Amino acid sequence: MWDYSETVKEHFFNPRNARVMEEPDAIGDVGSIQCGDALRLTLKVDKDTEIIQDAAFQTFGCGSAIASSSVLTEIIKGKTLDEALLVTNQDIANELDGLPPEKMHCSVMGREALQAAVANYRGEVWRDDHEEGALICKCFAVDAVMIEETVRANNLRTVEDVTNYTKAGGGCSACHEGIEEILTRVLAETGEAFNARASRQKLHADKEKPKVPGKGLSNIERIKRIERVIEAVRPQLQRDRGDVTLVDVDGDTVFVNLVGACSGCQMASLTVSGIQQQMMEDLGEFIRVVPVPAEKPASATVKLEVPA
Amino acid sequence: MTPPTQNTSGLSDVYLDNNATTMVDPVVVEEMLPFFTVQFGNPSSIHSFGNNVGRSIKKARQQVQALLGAEHDSEIVFTACGTESDSTAILSALKAQPERKEIITTVVEHPAVLSLCEYLEKDGYTVHWLKVDGKGRLDLDVYADLLEERGEHIAIVSVMWANNETGTIFPVEKMATMARDAGVMFHTDAVQAVGKVPMMLADSDIDMLSLSGHKLHAPKGVGVLYLKRGTRFRPLLRGGHQERGRRAGTENVASIVALGKACELAAEKMEYENTVVKAMRDRLQEGILAAVPHCFPTGDVENRLPNTCNIAFEYIEGEAILMLLNKAGIAASSGSACTSGSLEPSHVMMAMGIPYTAAHGTIRFSFSCYNTMQEVERVIAAVPPIVAQLRKLSPYWGEDGPIEDPERLFAPTYA
Repeated sequence: MWDYSETVKEHFFNPRNARVMEEPDAIGDVGSIQCGDALRLTLKVDKDTEIIQDAAFQTFGCGSAIASSSVLTEIIKGKTLDEALLVTNQDIANELDGLPPEKMHCSVMGREALQAAVANYRGEVWRDDHEEGALICKCFAVDAVMIEETVRANNLRTVEDVTNYTKAGGGCSACHEGIEEILTRVLAETGEAFNARASRQKLHADKEKPKVPGKGLSNIERIKRIERVIEAVRPQLQRDRGDVTLVDVDGDTVFVNLVGACSGCQMASLTVSGIQQQMMEDLGEFIRVVPVPAEKPASATVKLEVPA
Repeated sequence: MTPPTQNTSGLSDVYLDNNATTMVDPVVVEEMLPFFTVQFGNPSSIHSFGNNVGRSIKKARQQVQALLGAEHDSEIVFTACGTESDSTAILSALKAQPERKEIITTVVEHPAVLSLCEYLEKDGYTVHWLKVDGKGRLDLDVYADLLEERGEHIAIVSVMWANNETGTIFPVEKMATMARDAGVMFHTDAVQAVGKVPMMLADSDIDMLSLSGHKLHAPKGVGVLYLKRGTRFRPLLRGGHQERGRRAGTENVASIVALGKACELAAEKMEYENTVVKAMRDRLQEGILAAVPHCFPTGDVENRLPNTCNIAFEYIEGEAILMLLNKAGIAASSGSACTSGSLEPSHVMMAMGIPYTAAHGTIRFSFSCYNTMQEVERVIAAVPPIVAQLRKLSPYWGEDGPIEDPERLFAPTYA
């Protein structure tokens, strides 16, 4: 049996708002029948204020799917639709005191149901662009589809690359065989062979000679390049309701501020290591990216508060 | 005899997950204890500490031989588990016949065989996967054709004796004879069948058979590979001369002794298993089917293990059922994707073509001789409200039945 938190069990055994709503203003139906979960979220929305007055759900699914649905209805009641859309799957998981990595998709389904319901209310068509693959890295909940897409998009060649970009394989390392299989398959698409020895050489090289900062580039040029990398990753983060800004540069250390969905997310360190990797490639030197709090609270945090 | 745990109902827990593992019989525990303390010698040693232990292993070997109906006690090779026995058998056949690069097996095997064969496919071997019909049965004509067409290229046929999820029994003795006639080696994973189905391997054409101790009231961590005399063999583990050099490594003496005793007890209880235990299983199935609408038994119900029944509850999900059963003090298992953390429900249910809305709600109840009819009645009473409670939550379920026209009423965007 899964190691569910007491909160998950509580919401499963006593689900809140589990009922059929009469004449809902919005309906969000999502699910993955192969995976064994499907969720209908129904909302009552105040026409003038767009405040969610009531939320109810029906779920076909496992313990964590039912618990995620239940806690979601509690989170969004009283919020406006725009505020509710800022709720991330991590918020749902946090409210449940965490979910096992294999079960994080249950919280994703909750967020998707919410997006679908809001789209339904606004007369928009919601399309799901999230494809889910078999879970490869259990330490950081990274699935095969994500690894494959990242390998393809960034021309990754080694297990270490994959760990730097996706975090997969950065924990217990038991999934390295699975990651190697994906690399072998994707590299074969372009007629390239996976070379495990290259990975190890790179690993040793990294350990043996730490690079000297700032060789060749002027300070201005360095900062410009650092800014360019940050600008390049921002659109991707903004799509997930997050953002990143440059705070300061001190030698080989780059201080950034993560906001919105990025801050506090368990994927934050993944984001940071991804940015770090890209800076190192762009500048050709060792860079350490350190997330720091902003001087004032991020705007997203303010927005999350429910108006009195 | 039931485990000493207590649940919220205040009654002892009902354990109906004996295909997963069984309680070690107290008589078996008694039998193995001296081998941790007084009889600690290495059976390979010349002195008396080792000698007695060697004799105990010989006795255990004969007890296993008797249960399997093997011709010689030297055909019994002790291993660490069923999985090791499976790997040893299949890899031995490939190693001993390097010119043969093909394997025949079924799509419903236990992962011990399934995953190994998938791995061998990546390694360049060809695996012929025998399919099953809606009741989990094999088509022997397809098998016969394969043997005729590819016989000389086939290194080994590996087919389970009984399926762990549905209990469906395969005609392995007949299939072994067909393999022999085609000059092909035959292995069976009989982990679920040993102790429940009478066997006389001396009269069969089965070359190799795997069994696991913990499925028949011996401890975990001990198994057997039956290896018919004369079968060409290459060991998986080489090293010392233990098990006549066929499985090196110092013997797990206490567990081997325990397995011997458990086999002796299993032979005595075979009749009970096929009458009393079977009657409890039948009563459970009949009681649940009568009380719960929209559920059905899976597998070949006319031809299955006496202790197993697998019921698909439509429109609800297995893990949720198990959590509520567990709260009521009832232990069972499910073929749903969520219980295993995989994306698809059980490969056995998928192979039988069970629709997703039912495959995710399959629950396996597996008995042992320690269950009672009182427990069965308790489960029959507990299941209907649990199913009703979850269906009330399900978007596929209406007022008092599945929603009609689900395409229109509930059409989720699939992730």
